[in-house]
Amino acid sequence: MHWGRRGAAAADAPPLPRTAVELRDVTHAYGERTVLSDVTLTLTESRIGVIGANGSGKSTFARLLNGLVVPTAGTVLVDGLDTRTQVREVRRQVGFVFQDPDAQIVHPTVAEDVAFGPTNQGRPADEIARRVDEVLDRYGLDGHRDHPAHLLSGGQKQLLAIAGVLVMEPQRVVFDEPTTLLDLVNTRRVAEVIEGLRQDVVVVTHHLDLLARFDRVLVFEDGRLAADGSPAEAVPWYVARNA
Amino acid sequence: MLSLYAPGTSPVHRTRAGLKLAALAALGTGLFALPRIEVVAAALVGVLVAGLVVARLPARALWAQVRPVWLLLAALFGVHLLVTDALTGTVTVLRLLTLVLAAAVVTATTRVTALVAVVEWLLRPLEVVGVRPARVGLMVAMTLRFIPVVAERAARIREAQAARGASGMRLGLLVPLLIQVLQLASTLGEALDARGADDVPARRPRRA
Ligand SMILES: Nc1ncnc2c1ncn2[C@@H]1O[C@H](COP(=O)(O)OP(=O)(O)OP(=O)(O)O)[C@@H](O)[C@H]1O
Ligand SMILES: [Mg+2]
Repeated sequence: MHWGRRGAAAADAPPLPRTAVELRDVTHAYGERTVLSDVTLTLTESRIGVIGANGSGKSTFARLLNGLVVPTAGTVLVDGLDTRTQVREVRRQVGFVFQDPDAQIVHPTVAEDVAFGPTNQGRPADEIARRVDEVLDRYGLDGHRDHPAHLLSGGQKQLLAIAGVLVMEPQRVVFDEPTTLLDLVNTRRVAEVIEGLRQDVVVVTHHLDLLARFDRVLVFEDGRLAADGSPAEAVPWYVARNA
Repeated sequence: MLSLYAPGTSPVHRTRAGLKLAALAALGTGLFALPRIEVVAAALVGVLVAGLVVARLPARALWAQVRPVWLLLAALFGVHLLVTDALTGTVTVLRLLTLVLAAAVVTATTRVTALVAVVEWLLRPLEVVGVRPARVGLMVAMTLRFIPVVAERAARIREAQAARGASGMRLGLLVPLLIQVLQLASTLGEALDARGADDVPARRPRRA
């Protein structure tokens, strides 16, 4: 287990393996307020959890991974792509699921919303139709394709939001508290969906039990990486720390 | 107007959205150009047949569209009784009723994306002056999507305030609602970015 910084100094690091997210000396401030300091990390694992107190910088960290936030200092590389200069390519690689499904569903009905991302990618209509069918089927939304999105349950809305991201076939998916607004049953359902993804995932969560079978857990504290290890190490450390 | 699409495979459903909108426009123009009772009555019957028989829409769905304007129609008829005559009043009221029903049939048998595609197509000539049809289309779709979301949040805030003893519709509703809407909008902006809304190709592939 590593405490604090992990990995070698960034500047003269060798070229990146193709399948990694690398943060080099990343610092981020909103105006005067620094919310992430000096984070250096290489993420190669397929299941990575991120935990920490409210305001510790988890969401900022998550947003760095697909260029929604660009660091004020340092570099974020996704499979070698710099989020500062190659943000479009990065966003094609990294899908993002937010906490509030209502804020990420943009079309009035289910199937139309799922088609939104691939349409933006400029894919041909028949391919879009095929992919939409496939993900709706996979996430049990097939019977709801023409339903108004606002009539879905909270859990179904979050599955719809996830479907709308996965239909774009990203290499990785970042989830920022995907289960915070859901009840127990839907939390479990979404957790199963995440577990079953073939993509690499990063999941920010306050639901610690979601992380039991993850490969690696990062703990943030006041904008710093406070702990980094397996769930069996990092989660109890975090719990004890906040007892 | 919201999310009224009732899926189906009838000829009315399968007719292209542009054609349906054009027919709607033609019907409106025609009814005003020929304000005669036979014409208006025939149009009304035609619309009802298209909606109830051909498209097999439930009568309830059409009624839901008429109900909000029912009083207005009755009042209009009353005014005509006073200032003109019953026949003119009947023609005027039936004409509006026909148009409301026709619009209801179109919205119930056409996906929002298809309607939006027509809007985008109509706007295409404006591209030369810098209008981005795809953007306007997205805005229309998002408006339809977020009206019920915002209405629901407003209702939730009102409930929370009522639970704490507040009563009636008060200005106090607006501040928390505004905060929620701004939060929603901020995440929505990020979600649009994350889902590639900025990559909008010059021509969107058409569907349905
Ligand atoms: N857009 C912004 N502008 C200014 N400050 C912000 C912005 N976004 C976040 N912050 C601040 O940055 C700090 C870290 O926020 P962040 O959202 O990354 O924390 P978090 O760990 O995700 O918290 P939570 O568990 O509450 O979601 C907080 O103090 C927050 O108030
Ligand atoms: Mg957060």
